[in-house]
Parts: sequence; structure tokens; C-alpha cells
Amino acid sequence: MTSIAEPLRNSQAPPGPLREFWHYFRENKGAVAGLAVVLLLIFLAAFADVVAPHSPFEQYRDAFLQPPVWQEGGSFEFVLGTDATGRDMLSRIIHGSRLSLLIGCIAVTLSLSVGISLGLLAAFFRTAADALIMRLMDVILAVPSLLLALVIVAILGPGLVNAMIAVAVVYVPHYVRLARASAMTELSKDYVTASRVSGAGLFRLMLITVLPNCMPPLIVQATLGFSSAVLDAAALGFLGVGAQPPTPEWGAMLADAREFILRAWWVVTFPGLAILITVLAFNLMGDGLRDALDPKLKRS
Amino acid sequence: MLRFILSRLGLLIPTFLGVTVIAFSFIRLVPGDPIELLIGERGIDPERHAYLLHEMGLDLPWYVQYFDFLGDVLQGDLGRSIVTKQPVFLEFLELFPATLELSIFALTFAVLIGLPIGILAGVKRGTVFDHASMTLSLTGFSMPIFWWALLLIIFFSGVLKWTPVSGRIDVLFYVEPVTGLMLIDTLLSDEEGAFRSALSHLILPTVALGTIPMAVIARQTRSAMLEVLNEDYVRTARAKGLPPGRVIGLHALRNALIPVVTVIGLQIGVLLAGAILTETIFAWPGIGKWLVDSISRRDYPSVQGGLLLIALLVMTVNLIVDLLYGLINPRIRHAR
Repeated sequence: MTSIAEPLRNSQAPPGPLREFWHYFRENKGAVAGLAVVLLLIFLAAFADVVAPHSPFEQYRDAFLQPPVWQEGGSFEFVLGTDATGRDMLSRIIHGSRLSLLIGCIAVTLSLSVGISLGLLAAFFRTAADALIMRLMDVILAVPSLLLALVIVAILGPGLVNAMIAVAVVYVPHYVRLARASAMTELSKDYVTASRVSGAGLFRLMLITVLPNCMPPLIVQATLGFSSAVLDAAALGFLGVGAQPPTPEWGAMLADAREFILRAWWVVTFPGLAILITVLAFNLMGDGLRDALDPKLKRS
Repeated sequence: MLRFILSRLGLLIPTFLGVTVIAFSFIRLVPGDPIELLIGERGIDPERHAYLLHEMGLDLPWYVQYFDFLGDVLQGDLGRSIVTKQPVFLEFLELFPATLELSIFALTFAVLIGLPIGILAGVKRGTVFDHASMTLSLTGFSMPIFWWALLLIIFFSGVLKWTPVSGRIDVLFYVEPVTGLMLIDTLLSDEEGAFRSALSHLILPTVALGTIPMAVIARQTRSAMLEVLNEDYVRTARAKGLPPGRVIGLHALRNALIPVVTVIGLQIGVLLAGAILTETIFAWPGIGKWLVDSISRRDYPSVQGGLLLIALLVMTVNLIVDLLYGLINPRIRHAR
């Protein structure tokens, strides 16, 4: 009696791409910590109204510049103290996480989509369009980023949305260069030729054949770009041309606090710490993503 | 090599023209004109407004204005500031040494600390030192420098009272500007204690501005070291029985430095962008602060000229870095 041999159980299917990714990502402890902080920030941003003990705008008249709870004169009502107009620091910082994540998301989405489009165009039409786009990017790169962002905000008028646009414009060249370089590498490969030969149209080639294979470095750059965007938007807020008071944006809060630096350390320390932690978390995560996604640097 | 230089120079021309277009058009797109800002709240009757605009040539069609501007630029004339009436180039030259001095110090600080940390971390890979220094440099890399500067002021000026809060030198001193570099000028003058004062004013801005480049250099040096230490020639050198110091110093480091030089060069742009924040916080009279003020005053010639000169500076440094890269890396020089 012969029976059909059962397929061997231990010849496991290869791990799916997501599993493989997680396997590598998990090894980098810093990256996992970064991811945890990012998830916490997203949670805080989503439920800021519930989590924050006070309104970010309400001014408590009898608690101007009250120190944090562990210092003399502090109280549990205002755990991280209050600012010069009696607003609760903790609540303002929690609400600020909303703005910072929003700034990062919008700025990165804008510059990523513009950057990918221009980069693919340059790589596919290696003629006048390529030269024009790349020279334009050179021009943008020749002006220090913050200076260019300042001028753009001056044109558009101060405000949070315009600061996001300015930050997005400033970072476009990085994505263009990256997208162009990786698209050009992919374009010379056989599978692209095969796809072209079998009659794939231009958009199919661009968006379905080539683009997905260019994504890993772009994803890494986008994560790192997220932190640069948060940092630059905060710098614009600090210079007074980003988010306008009384918006609880971290950079603008720092600008408000400048005159009290020698009297009330907490109004300066906490908003900056929030920026640092956010930026650091995204950088850690970006490093982990690079290790997990970039085969060249894998296990280096 | 000559072809390499020429082709790189050729690329600079369209970029430079592009920068003139951006510098010219962007400041004109900013709402308001210099006259409105000079007059302020008082207001001005439209006739006189038109007359003043005509006087400055701002009523001409934009293309006439642009080609006038471009023609002047090509002859080395950047025009005069609308606010101070001084030639823009002279104003730039007057303020640039302050930024230069600060940038030189910041870059030196960054290299002196970042390079050894990176080398050690690479050599002692996986040790506590490696992890600690890389965590610290990632923190430094993530630092909002405007906040970092404020923290430094709180601690070193507020709590310890070691350093002054802002400015380039104590108001007690008057130092004749010779080179514009305060440290040299104070040494040339015979004011006692002026050098010390100038030096103490430099410390905090240097640290604030140098932190991000330091972190970048440390990280880049480490990864370059790691890459090089895996190379066959390093293994050969080790197998020959060379002492570890010689292997690392002579064989590994020299090759690892090639990408590091590029990264150091790229920090110039970072320094100039950082100078805007650092100079604003420390009331440092350099070009960063000057440009921010000029933008808010709609001082067209100053903004145009300043943007152009800074872009030229960045482009020149990038070119030098590229050439240097070719010089220290024969593989690039002899390619093609």
C-alpha cells in the first residue's frame, strides 16, 4: 500500500517580507525603542484632549511661572509647572505633539511626492528635463536650508501651514537625487527591459515596475527627513515665523520662554526636551529601517 | 584631472545663474516693499511712494531690473543697502569675519572631538564605549541647536557664571578691527584682558554650533573605520605583524578619512544654516543675523547680495571638497 508522501513539514515557507523585515528591525534595540516612543507620541497626539490635564490655552491667574511638582512651590495640579501666563506646561507639550507629528507628516509627504515625481522624470528622460531638474536642485542645495525656508515663509507669510510648505520645499532635492539615482540603477536591470519589451507603457514602467524597487532608500530618507522637518519647523517657530502664539508648538513655546531662561528653567527645558526626544526617536527608527531595508549595509 | 576640474566648474555656471534668479525673485515676492517698511506706521502719500520707488529703480519692469542686477553682479557690484546706504559687499565683508571666526571654531571643535570618538568607536566596536559614544552622537545629531544654546546659557552663564550670555566681547573693551577676527584683533591691540574676554564669548556659541557637525563626523568616521578595518590590506598589515597602532593609524585611518573629508566639507552649509540660529541667540554680529534682519526689512539689495555670496561660498566649498576628494583618492582621479 503506497501512499502519497506527505510534504515535509520542516521545509518551511520562506518568511514573508514583513516578517523578515521585523526580524532584522528587532535586532536593533535602539530602533525598537525609537518605534515605541513614536507610537507613544502618536497615542498622545490622538488623545491629547483626554490625556492632557488642562486646556493648552487656559491661563491660571494664580499660578504664573509655577515650578514643576518636585521643586518647592510646585503642585500636582501642574506637574511640569506653568508658563509666564499661567498655562499648564504639560498640557501644552502634549498638544504640541499633535502639531509636530502633523508638520512632519505633511512636510515629508509633500517633499516625498514631489521628489519622487521629479526624480523619476529625470531618470526616465535623461535629456533636457534631467539637466533642468538637477540644476534646479543644485540651486536649492546651494542655499543653506534654514535660510531658504526663512525666505519662503517671508513670501508666504508667517504661520504653521506656510512653515510646513517651506520645510517641504527645502528637502525636495534630497528625495529627487535619491529617487533618480535608484531609478537609474533599476532602469539598467533586465526585469525592466523585459517589462518594456512586453509592452508596458511609460506610467506602468515608472510606477509599477521601477518605483517599488526604489522605495527602501526613500523610506529610510523619509523617516530621517521626518526628524529634520520637525527640527526645522521648530526652528522657524523659534524665529517667530512658524506657528504663531498662542499655538502650543514646541519651537514657538521656546521663543516665548526665552526671556525667562534665567528665572524659570522649566519653561525652556521641557519644550526643547520634547523636540529632542521626538527627533531622536525618528532618527533611531530611521537607522533601524536602514539596517533592515538596505541589503548593502545589512549586518555591517 | 584638468578635465575633471573644468567639468565641475562648468556645472557651477547654471547653478550660479539659478541662484541669481532665486535671490532676485524671492525677495521681490515677499509682500510689502522697502519703502513701506522704512516709513513704517506713519504712512506716505502715493505720489511720494511712487517717486521713491522710481528713485530706486523699483518701478521698472522686472526683466529690466533683473538684467540690471545680473549685469552689476557680473561686474562685482552688488548694489547698496536700502537701509544703511552702504555697499552690500562691504557690509558683508565687515560682518563675515564674525561668522567665519565662529564657524572655524565650531568646525575645529567638531573635528577635534568627533574624529577621535569615531575612530575609537570603530576600533572598539561593540564595546560600552562604542554604544555610549554612538548614543551620544545620535543625540547630538538630533539636537535642536536653538534649545541647546539656551540650555548652555542657563547652565554655564546662569548657574555657574563662567561665561558671558551674548555678544563677541565685553563692552568695556574697544578693539580696532584689523582682520575682523576678534581673537587676532584683541591680540594685536594692547587692551589687557580683551583676548580673554573675546575667547570666553566664543565658547558657548562654538559648542552650540559645533555639536551637530561633531555628531555627524563621529558617526561617519566610525562607519568608515568599520568598512576599512574589514579590508584585505588591513588584514595583510596585521598578518605582517605590524603593531596595532600602525595598522590603524597608517593603513586604516588614511583610507577611512576619504569619505570623512567629504562629510566635513558638507558641514559648511550646515554651519551657515546653524549660524542663523546661533547668531540670533547669542547676539553675534555675523551674516546670519544680518540676513534675517535684512529679510524683515525688505532690504532687496542686501538679501540678494547676501544670498548670492552665501550660495557662492557653499558652491566653492563643495567644489574644493570634490577636488580634494580626487586628490586624496587616486581611484577617483584616474577614473575614466
